[in-house]
Amino acid sequence: MARTPTERGPDRSESVRRSVAAVWRIESARIVATLTRTVGDFGRAEDLAQEALADALAQWPETGVPANPGAWLTTVAKRKAIDGWRRQERYDARLAAIAHDLGTEAADSDDVPWDPDRIDDDVLRLVFVSCHPVLSREARVALTLKVVGGLSSDEIARAFLVPTSTVQQRIVRAKKTLAAAKVPFVVPERAEFGERLAAVLGVLYLVFNEGHSASAGDDWMRPELSREALRLARVLAELVPREPEVHGLVALMELTAARFPARLDANGDPVLLADQDRRRWDRGAITRGRTALTRADALGRGRGAYALQAAIAECHAVAASVGDTDWERIVLLYEALGRLAPSPVVELNRAAAVSMAVGPAAALEIVDSIVADGRLAGYRFLPATRAELLTRLGRTAEARVEFAAAARLTANERERRLLLDRVAAMSPPDDGRDPAL
Amino acid sequence: MKYMLIMRVTDEAIEASKDIPFEQIIEDMGKYNEAMMKAGVLLAGEGLSDADEGFVVDFSSETPLVTDGPYGETKELFNGFWILEVASKEEAAEWAKRAPLGPGTKLEVRRVTGVEDFPQDNEWIQKEEGWRDELEGRKA
Repeated sequence: MARTPTERGPDRSESVRRSVAAVWRIESARIVATLTRTVGDFGRAEDLAQEALADALAQWPETGVPANPGAWLTTVAKRKAIDGWRRQERYDARLAAIAHDLGTEAADSDDVPWDPDRIDDDVLRLVFVSCHPVLSREARVALTLKVVGGLSSDEIARAFLVPTSTVQQRIVRAKKTLAAAKVPFVVPERAEFGERLAAVLGVLYLVFNEGHSASAGDDWMRPELSREALRLARVLAELVPREPEVHGLVALMELTAARFPARLDANGDPVLLADQDRRRWDRGAITRGRTALTRADALGRGRGAYALQAAIAECHAVAASVGDTDWERIVLLYEALGRLAPSPVVELNRAAAVSMAVGPAAALEIVDSIVADGRLAGYRFLPATRAELLTRLGRTAEARVEFAAAARLTANERERRLLLDRVAAMSPPDDGRDPAL
Repeated sequence: MKYMLIMRVTDEAIEASKDIPFEQIIEDMGKYNEAMMKAGVLLAGEGLSDADEGFVVDFSSETPLVTDGPYGETKELFNGFWILEVASKEEAAEWAKRAPLGPGTKLEVRRVTGVEDFPQDNEWIQKEEGWRDELEGRKA
């Protein structure tokens, strides 16, 4: 019987618990996918898999971890399905089919009891069900992490800084919603595929960013959340390798994650891109990100929004310093991104790149048009960016007003302090009236 | 966290593997690699050629001595590795247990160090990071 090295340690049950968690992480998506195909009900399949997991936690400390733990969990879950149907006295065709299934599996239980190609397809269906548009965004995120990523409700709750009961409620509700809407366990039709895939990518990117912009609470779990999103994106890239945006998203995540080691200072405070110690960037992640971008390009269908953002991140990743960065190229990439996915935030980022490539005056024109547009009112980076540009243009009195405005808009205490320091560093006008305050 | 799975193989294991068709070995290994790719955990992996193509640099004497061998007392040689990104030591162990390897072979599993493992204010650590940048720049 296979054993993990730590099983000889004093606290064997804890070590088995951790091994069960590891097996679950590796196998859960395949187990739930297989069960959903067999029992025909996604919510029921997830419950059965969880019950089998509880059995494993009870039994494996005594019996040891079986040689093929995934097959063990699947078999136990299927038996539970049969027991449930027997209790309901529903000896129908489904019961016969699953019982037959179990019979054939028992014969070659040492072997992998599933067809890998079919499993891939099942896992892809699972991803699409978890990210179905009938669910709210929160529900999609919770369900994807739970069912596809194999995270526990506790882990998800910790990552999103919400109570475990909230996560559990979201998941229960999500399963009921899927059942009520009679969502089938299928990969969407070709016509709908692109749209649904975009929704799936959106969920993964949302999870990644939640971990990436850790600003509050126990942030120890949050880099893990980004890594989990990256892992799931890699899984998806293997499931649908001919979709360029999947590789674009992997590239964007890798290139962003590459900066993680330099993103926080010794006090745990965020360090801006311009101030980051680039020697601390993860070279391996940069290489993987660039490889993923090459894979996206190789499909010959042009870059989508994720690939374009990845390309921007690549420009930063390959530059030795802020001064060495190819800002002209970044401006062009932002222009392309702005056409593909127009947003005032992209415009603001383009303005920042323009200020580096051309100068503050050209950038200020863009920022002023965003201000006039009004859609970013209340967004603190708008006055903050405007303030920086005005400072560089020597228009300090106006810059002062903008810094003060940004300080009023931020919810982050440290950021407010920094902005107010900038206000204080610029002397108020001579007439005694201080427009900033 | 990153873990390195280092394959160590004895002469007996190499002998025993000669009874298994090469295609079978390639297929089993391919499936294993594919499983890790599909789980999104495989970052890198390489095999090493037979020991008779390698050589040893021995630091026992005053000047390092380069020889074709022998490989000292140890019969266990590294002949390949994988680098995985996983959530826990136990997950690394789970993947290691799934490797299609037979008796006489061992997998040594080691955590790969990251920037956090070294004093960042050390001048040489900083220099090394700079060199890595240069190497990367050359590849770009």
